[in-house]
Amino acid sequence: MDMLDRWLGRRVHLAFLLPGVVLYGLFMVYPLASSLGYSLFEWDGLVREGFAGLRNFRTVLLEPPFSVRFVGALKHNVLFFTMTFVIQSTLGLLFALLFRQKRPGFGFFQAAYFLPYTLSLVVVGFLWLLLLNPLWGGFNQLLRLVGLGQWAQPWLGQPRTALVSIILINAWRWLGFPILVFLAGLQAIPAEMEEAARVDGANAWQTLRHVTLPLLAPVMGMVTILTFIYDFNAFELVFVMQGSSGGPAYSTDLLGTFFYRTAFGDSTTGGEPGQVGIASAIAVLMFMMVAAVSWLGIRLLQGRQVEY
Amino acid sequence: MATRRLWDVLLYAFLTAMAVVFLAPLALMVVTAFKSTREIFMNPFGLPASWSLEPFARVWSRASFSVYFRNSVWVTGASLALVLTCASMASYAIARLPFRGRDWVYLFFLAGIMVPVRLGILPLFLLMKQLRLLDTHWALIFTYAASGMPMSVFLLTGFLRSLPGELREAARIDGCTEFQAFWKVMLPLIRPALATVAIVNFVPWWNDMFFPLLFIQSDRLKTIPLGMTIFFGQYQTDWGLLFSGMVLASLPLVALYLVMSRQFIAGLTAGAVKG
Repeated sequence: MDMLDRWLGRRVHLAFLLPGVVLYGLFMVYPLASSLGYSLFEWDGLVREGFAGLRNFRTVLLEPPFSVRFVGALKHNVLFFTMTFVIQSTLGLLFALLFRQKRPGFGFFQAAYFLPYTLSLVVVGFLWLLLLNPLWGGFNQLLRLVGLGQWAQPWLGQPRTALVSIILINAWRWLGFPILVFLAGLQAIPAEMEEAARVDGANAWQTLRHVTLPLLAPVMGMVTILTFIYDFNAFELVFVMQGSSGGPAYSTDLLGTFFYRTAFGDSTTGGEPGQVGIASAIAVLMFMMVAAVSWLGIRLLQGRQVEY
Repeated sequence: MATRRLWDVLLYAFLTAMAVVFLAPLALMVVTAFKSTREIFMNPFGLPASWSLEPFARVWSRASFSVYFRNSVWVTGASLALVLTCASMASYAIARLPFRGRDWVYLFFLAGIMVPVRLGILPLFLLMKQLRLLDTHWALIFTYAASGMPMSVFLLTGFLRSLPGELREAARIDGCTEFQAFWKVMLPLIRPALATVAIVNFVPWWNDMFFPLLFIQSDRLKTIPLGMTIFFGQYQTDWGLLFSGMVLASLPLVALYLVMSRQFIAGLTAGAVKG
């Protein structure tokens, strides 16, 4: 060890960096960067053919059926994110503000709301698939039990309700996480700042509006960016519950399922082979959207960075 | 005072109603796991006739659940060991060793926080194929560990920078090599941060279905989430068994949370709040 150390001398940092750089470079940076290259070529199965320029992007954006599916999936992702964002920032913040007061039973409620987060999305998907089964699932039976039987319907089986059901199930699974993060953010705010506002005569609402929330803005931004990245890549829940074509009638198709289907073929259509070039173009487009929005979000966050 | 009391009653009623929304499906899952399929149809909401553990034993042995469980433990465990080693060494260099371009190295790692590795799945798939790692656990371990690097380096570097630099210098003057200073002095000090990194990474890896779905074909190599999907198709007529399998699949993380909730919460919120 001693000799190795002397030999490395001023290059010793290389020995410390090497394993991490190789691992991360080979299995993360290289594949992500090559996706860009893949999207510019024609592919026959997994074999690369001629240079295609931007033709794959043209196909995704302008040629049906790809363009139709792409726009549809994009719309679903936007709805997915918007609804999740609204639920998270209202309910998540509300519960975090409540749980900040240490009152009897609040520890239990906090744990209760968090528990679904520990379940795998596969379990969440199957659980709700069973609960929402139109024939004998618990949810419709419950509606009948409380006299709302006329509301009972095949929630996941009709295009009108399927996507919203899945978004709500996703929110059910995730809500505990933003509560936790908001709660941690609130606890990092020094008590004096809020007390000072109260002493100066601000009421509870004014203190919240003008002191607490602005101080919480960076945490809120961080939760929003993380939610955005996750929601643009959502896949599991739809795959488990509705299959890779996002049924019924593509009403729950997301960019994630669209990408998967294009890249690896679709079992529902008899397993046609994947289209690597077009799928890579979809991945690059997703990548660009995530990167652009995250970058913008971080720029905005830095503008609002507060010191306390 | 009276309106205050009324508010309190309303508040607790609301919180309880929400708790029912969050817990009832889970309670139903657990209770149903003890029932026979016949019982599920006859008496969907009632308590089971007997609380025998037999359905769990059946899932464990008959549905190769024990194999899936072992695979999950091995894959997440090995990925954690790999990412903890690589990330703590790299972070030590970035935070403590003077060298040119270390801001760039730091940025190189941080850039990955914003991009999920699944967007690179096609080249990754071909790479694994060329390395002959498809249908082995190594494909999962390398992918998980690599994708865990950005967040881990970010958390560990921040933590290492908050430690006094004199510790390393003192160790060096006392005759430690750089590796010894790292191994004997620094690593014990960053144990809390290593626990945080472990928790941040463990949860998504344990629950992941995406990469096993694409990398793993052999049944004996499947992890729990992927095993569950097979299981679901196979036993769709035996609802009782399905629910038992779901309960078994969920137990480890729920138990981890309940036992270690303080550390668990600290781990999950670490990156988001300071970031």
